[in-house]
Amino acid sequence: MIKSRWLKAATALSLIACASAAQAAPAIEGGERQPLNVEAIVMFLIFVVATLGITKWAASRTKSAADFYAAGGGITGFQNGLAIAGDYMSAASFLGISGLVFASGFDGLIYSIGFLVGWPIVMFLIAERLRNLGRYTFADVAAYRLEATPIRTISALGSLTVVAFYLIAQMVGAGKLIELLFGLEYLYAVIAVGTLMTVYVAFGGMVATTWVQIIKACLLLGGATFMAFVVLMSFSFSPEALFARAVEVHPGQQTIMSPGKMVSDPISAISLGLALMFGTAGLPHILMRFFTVSDAKAARKSVFIATGLIGYFYILTFIIGFGAITFLMNEPAYFKAAADGASYDKVKDLLGGTNMAAVHLANAVGGSLFLGFISAVAFATILAVVAGLTLAGATAISHDLYASVIAKGRASEASEVRLSKITAIIIGFVAIALGYIFEQQNVAFMVGLAFAVAASCNFPVLLMSVLWKGTTTRGAFWGGLAGLVSALVMVCLSPAVWEDTLGYPKGSAPFTYANPALFSMTIAFTLIWLISKLDGSARGDAERAAFDAQYVRSETGLGASGAASH
Amino acid sequence: MAAANSAAIEQIKSDPDFQRLVRARTRFSTVLTVLILAIYFGFILLIAFAPQWLGQSLAGGVTTIGIPLGVGVIVAAFVLTGLYVRRANSEFDVLTQQLLERHK
Repeated sequence: MIKSRWLKAATALSLIACASAAQAAPAIEGGERQPLNVEAIVMFLIFVVATLGITKWAASRTKSAADFYAAGGGITGFQNGLAIAGDYMSAASFLGISGLVFASGFDGLIYSIGFLVGWPIVMFLIAERLRNLGRYTFADVAAYRLEATPIRTISALGSLTVVAFYLIAQMVGAGKLIELLFGLEYLYAVIAVGTLMTVYVAFGGMVATTWVQIIKACLLLGGATFMAFVVLMSFSFSPEALFARAVEVHPGQQTIMSPGKMVSDPISAISLGLALMFGTAGLPHILMRFFTVSDAKAARKSVFIATGLIGYFYILTFIIGFGAITFLMNEPAYFKAAADGASYDKVKDLLGGTNMAAVHLANAVGGSLFLGFISAVAFATILAVVAGLTLAGATAISHDLYASVIAKGRASEASEVRLSKITAIIIGFVAIALGYIFEQQNVAFMVGLAFAVAASCNFPVLLMSVLWKGTTTRGAFWGGLAGLVSALVMVCLSPAVWEDTLGYPKGSAPFTYANPALFSMTIAFTLIWLISKLDGSARGDAERAAFDAQYVRSETGLGASGAASH
Repeated sequence: MAAANSAAIEQIKSDPDFQRLVRARTRFSTVLTVLILAIYFGFILLIAFAPQWLGQSLAGGVTTIGIPLGVGVIVAAFVLTGLYVRRANSEFDVLTQQLLERHK
């Protein structure tokens, strides 16, 4: 019974471990409902009560569209930095990366670096211009001088695709993880997540979502800091001593200290690197966060704080991964024994799979109470991330599609906000349904796909419309669409879907690289450039002429509205 | 919302201070972007083509050259971001404020 519980964890965590998609454990099903984990549930209930209280308070402050989408611009740079870090430090990065370090040492560091280096790019190219030009979504920025209908349509399409794939991966992962850690049945777990995220978003809007994010970021950073501290303390704060012990204990010995087989093919490595780096700059739920602060200065500060916290967090996960090697590998209690009842594989046989390394370490360093705390934090983490996604999805539909494309700007602010709330509720139902439908599917590739789409559709459309005078509506629309479609098609033809999901034989996938970004980004940027160049329409000329006004505002913030309503 | 009419836009755009500000900031952010790209993809290419080099012992112990280099990439991302914020918050913001005051 306990064993099958950990087996399920392997499945659950491989689903949410975004980057380690390539190493996703095969789906293992089976096992009945698990015993209730009382400590974890009590701590999680405290979190739920606190966040619902915040939602109630936030609801009383959420009146205008600016309040709903952008917290009225009233979040400080530091708070927003914490919230961005919260959005970014998913359960996947915490459990997935520490699990990867546990299994193969150095290779885990490579992934965490890929996730971090997108942030300087966001800072240098995007953050200030976004804050100066937009109000609630990045589509506001891309459509600043381009025609609203096509540009908002393609932006909303890109955003909704990203949100959908991200959300499915999180819902399925959440359901399995919660089933495992809390002993709650899968369907109930999915319903609980879907309901809570809908309540946060529909009633509390961006204010509630931000504070859920901030609380979760503090809990996660606090818990991870404590674990890393205990690990380092037991080695008298000498990393060399920690590594030496890990090399002694780990079956891979000295190989865990150098790059392993993860990056064997340079094209895949670069393609994945591009997706992680530029995908970050195209994630709709992250880009929305820049409108919650008062000005460009606060936007800069929030990226700086977020980069520091996320970098610190990844260094902690590295220490935690090595700590798990030294604390767990010689303790048979954490492993599934082979048929002889004694021997076990020190990597593969970890109960629940390698992604459970951090959770077991929590037990090893802090006992069952701390294990309960880390489990509750993992639940809170998932909840905060899905709430951010739901808000981004609802905003794409109500603000970009409904208010601009369908109602052509004639919708009242009140009706737009009402529609967002209804959409958030619908997204909640859809997410629960998708979580249910995809329970048995391998959805590990979906977060990688979300990053690839963000890098190949949202990011090129945004960057080119802001930086290149020659960009026209026609170019941005068709280039963005080509990026979106090519990323989707290449992922479907890649080994993760073609072989692992559709079941075609190994080696038969038509597209052999793990991530399409290198190719789909090239397609998007080339087509935006080429089609804009060839665009001889009067509209295209007017759009090029309108660049100067956008340029002055994007560089100086002249006339930029605060997100607060006027 | 402040009305930014086309005459005001032209004025600002042709202001030498505006051009100086934008040129300096563009150069600075381009240099930093190229730096972070070079650092990151340099690291990836080292992993792809020279894993043995990264796997050498750093100081005779088990710690390899790759560990401080990897942590160094994380620190570099933070430091470069900080450098940008420092210059933007002082120099660039002051120039922008002056510019906006003058063209009010």
